Amino acid sequence: MDEIVKDFLIESGENLDRLDQELVKLESEPSSKELLDSVFRTIHTIKGTCGFLGFTRLEKLTHAGENLLSRLRDGEIGLNAKVTSGLLAMVDGVRQMLAAIQDSGHDGEENYAPLIAALGRLQVEQAVGAMPEADAARVTAGDNSGEIRILPAGEPDCRLGPQESTERPGQIAARGPIAPVVVEPAVSGQQAPESRNPEPGNPESGNSESRNPESGNPESSVETIRVAVTLLDRLMNLVGELVLARNQLLQLSGRSQDAGFQAVAQRMNLIATELQGEVMKTRMQPIGNIWNKFPRTVRDLALSCGKEVRLEMEGQDTELDRTIIEAIKDPLTHLVRNSVDHGVECAAVRRRAGKDAAGLLKLRAFHEGGQVNIEISDDGAGLDVDRIRQKAIERGLIPKPAASNQTSAQASAQASAQVSGMAERDVFNLIFLPGFSTAEKVSNVSGRGVGMDVVKTNVEKIGGTVDIQSTPGRGTSVRVKIPLTLAIIPALIVTCGGERFAIPQVSLSELVRLDAEERETKIELVHGAPVYRLRGRLLPLVYLDRELGIGQGEQEASSPAAINIVVLQAEEQQFGLIVDEITDTEEIVVKPLGKQLKGISAYAGATIMGDGRVALILDVPGLAQKARVIAEGQEFGHDEGRCGAAAQAFREEHALLLAGNGIEGRVAIPLSMVARLEEFPKSVVELAAAQEVMQYRGQIVPLVRLSQIFPSSSEAEMQEPDRSIQVVVYSEGKHTVGLIVDRIIDIVEERAMVESLTPRAGIVGSFVTQRHVTDLLDLPAIVRAAVPGLLDGLDSQAGGI
Amino acid sequence: MALQPVYTLSQPFCTLQFCTFLLNGYLFGVPVPEVQEVIRYQPITPVPLAPPAVVGMINLRGQIVLAIDLRHRLALEKRCEGELPMNVVVRTPDGAVSLLVDEIGDVIEVDHSTFEAPPETLRGAVRAMILGVHKLDHRLLHLLDTGKACQVPDAGDSPVNDHL
Repeated sequence: MDEIVKDFLIESGENLDRLDQELVKLESEPSSKELLDSVFRTIHTIKGTCGFLGFTRLEKLTHAGENLLSRLRDGEIGLNAKVTSGLLAMVDGVRQMLAAIQDSGHDGEENYAPLIAALGRLQVEQAVGAMPEADAARVTAGDNSGEIRILPAGEPDCRLGPQESTERPGQIAARGPIAPVVVEPAVSGQQAPESRNPEPGNPESGNSESRNPESGNPESSVETIRVAVTLLDRLMNLVGELVLARNQLLQLSGRSQDAGFQAVAQRMNLIATELQGEVMKTRMQPIGNIWNKFPRTVRDLALSCGKEVRLEMEGQDTELDRTIIEAIKDPLTHLVRNSVDHGVECAAVRRRAGKDAAGLLKLRAFHEGGQVNIEISDDGAGLDVDRIRQKAIERGLIPKPAASNQTSAQASAQASAQVSGMAERDVFNLIFLPGFSTAEKVSNVSGRGVGMDVVKTNVEKIGGTVDIQSTPGRGTSVRVKIPLTLAIIPALIVTCGGERFAIPQVSLSELVRLDAEERETKIELVHGAPVYRLRGRLLPLVYLDRELGIGQGEQEASSPAAINIVVLQAEEQQFGLIVDEITDTEEIVVKPLGKQLKGISAYAGATIMGDGRVALILDVPGLAQKARVIAEGQEFGHDEGRCGAAAQAFREEHALLLAGNGIEGRVAIPLSMVARLEEFPKSVVELAAAQEVMQYRGQIVPLVRLSQIFPSSSEAEMQEPDRSIQVVVYSEGKHTVGLIVDRIIDIVEERAMVESLTPRAGIVGSFVTQRHVTDLLDLPAIVRAAVPGLLDGLDSQAGGI
Repeated sequence: MALQPVYTLSQPFCTLQFCTFLLNGYLFGVPVPEVQEVIRYQPITPVPLAPPAVVGMINLRGQIVLAIDLRHRLALEKRCEGELPMNVVVRTPDGAVSLLVDEIGDVIEVDHSTFEAPPETLRGAVRAMILGVHKLDHRLLHLLDTGKACQVPDAGDSPVNDHL
């Protein structure tokens, strides 16, 4: 293909992307002469070039578009959703033809006659004479067919018609303080004053021009050249090598006495660091590059759903490595579509709820702690916790308990108890499970139950995390956290079993060192599982040498050296990794492991250290999974996952009832679940259908003996001729159950840090209170297991925790 | 026995060049085009949890290369303590792999006519890795199938299933 045609294709492709945005923006600002001119100019350029290159069909279509635009420009017709749709359809047509040119070299067989005719009709239909601007604004405002407006919020509202501004006082108030950025990447000069870069260290000066070679007037493009991406990738690889060589050189120079050599090495160090930074920058792209298509996506989607959605974007110039940009493109698009489709309600529903008819979808990107945060938030209905719970059970996403002797009714009852026992936040996370969807009907947009799990997997693939927050009636916010770059990462170097390992700093929380004498007392065992009390919370410990099978048992016993605990974060779970020594932090170049080692989940890759030796990079989530700190496959199906989820609920302060089980055992029950505490003579216990019951307030109440569910070794001794029983009365819906405990100990107000170390049915986890390890009971689950069928059908009310 | 892939590319009865090395006294050969380089002993970083044949990784001028112990692959007894292996770095579809051998020999030319398939008495997994032998004047040259030798059983977290 001719060089000139290639250039035309590249240039037109970029122009068309910009057209999409400008047209959508124009719709909200029909009076903007500047925008209209820019749109007109773009179409005109394409038309001119394709005439010159002999693409007649393409020329015809663009000509029709240009005609319509010229009427608009001359004020003969007003812009409305119909005209915009027509123009966008033209853009799509042009895009298809360009694709055809790319493939075959000529502009396709289709002549787009209907589209050209439609564009012609629009010119006539709309020719109602010059429309006053206020009228034009009213047309947009009054038209409920679901147009969206992209409002540059920093600007005063002078551009809005008077009616519009009185109609939406809330909207304007809301817009004020957040100061989102004008969606206008095309004119970078205007964007600059409003864009807020939260990271002061990242100067945006000068970059904004060079990033948008097509922006503004064509003269500015002299400053930039096009470079093949592969060349940049190659450069990056070379710089990676250079960084490694630099590290080696520095080590050598440290040992050398030669002052000259040391000076050169220092200089080399500085240059290499700077070079690395600059080359990284060449691969950095503003996130706006992928956001640019969202105004169009949102507009089209909102139209097709019959909703009104306003899109605000903030921090478009937040930069990311291009490999990462590529990787998050699809997940982000999915999240945006989800928000429009599921999040934002219809205008009527919104009005009834006292909200602005147009939903607000906000994209926000900012740097934080070496990571990029991207927030996609809407002010829609929020996630329905109960419905998600229900769906999760319906779809069998909460697997049945493992115990084989249970009936299915029992099993499902238990499962629902487990779901109901989950914290809201963990319920939200259920939507990331494969096959989950609460959509009432499958639309062509979403609701097929694939998607959110893919979003999560894709984001996690590049070392990122996804987090959902939602308030009923107020909206949903999804936060995606991703690393800036993948190639070179800061890492903590540790040694274990004589070998060095690199731990990516992203997962690192803190370092704890225990002296030789402390190690005996500070590391405690929960049924053999080592834990450490980190600020009152039990931190499960993992010995790296044991996990990797490189432990030297005898050495460990003989030399009571200090212990180094690297506190790591794997998903929601913290755990401590015990290593021999903590060496240093270093920038390392991540190299993939060969195919033969791909199967080992404990490693994320390898790197070359300063001395030229290879070191393995630990994969923290993989290691946690291997050590069973977090549930395998990140599913809630595993006991650990489930209990861990429930345990989350108790991170907050709770009043807890402490009860005794046997002589030693202590259990806790959230006071919110306890209806009453009663003491009865033993004689109240009667039998009904082989079930212990008692008469209580005119009801027959089934009794559950804690000592039978968790038999304690000292049970026999407890059978002293006690005349009375202690009953914890638990109510769920209309049903009441009595739990017989051996004794009531106390009620404590505790910020219980519950750890689920040894998963057992009926126990959420263990924590320390009053210097005793205490088990937190999962009361609903216990009751369901003991009195099967009693509480069925009450899942939705089972809440409480 | 049918001709092995090494020969299909070349004309029959022409001479072939082999890079040779010693393993437990046996003379082995690998076609020269398959060999990237031969280097002295390199410090090896062990990879815990890896299959037993994988000794670890070496840094080959910035490239990380997996080192596989041929003695283990060929079910030979372990190398004596203190004996440093040499690296025969071979090209594989999955990147370079270093095969650890006892000693490096010369590059020798052999005539195709001296080739013979391994005897039936050679059994087991090892047989799959030895294509056959060339009858040299005083000894036998074993032809190694480098592809198979580098195919270390998958290192999953499940118990390693070594076919040796």
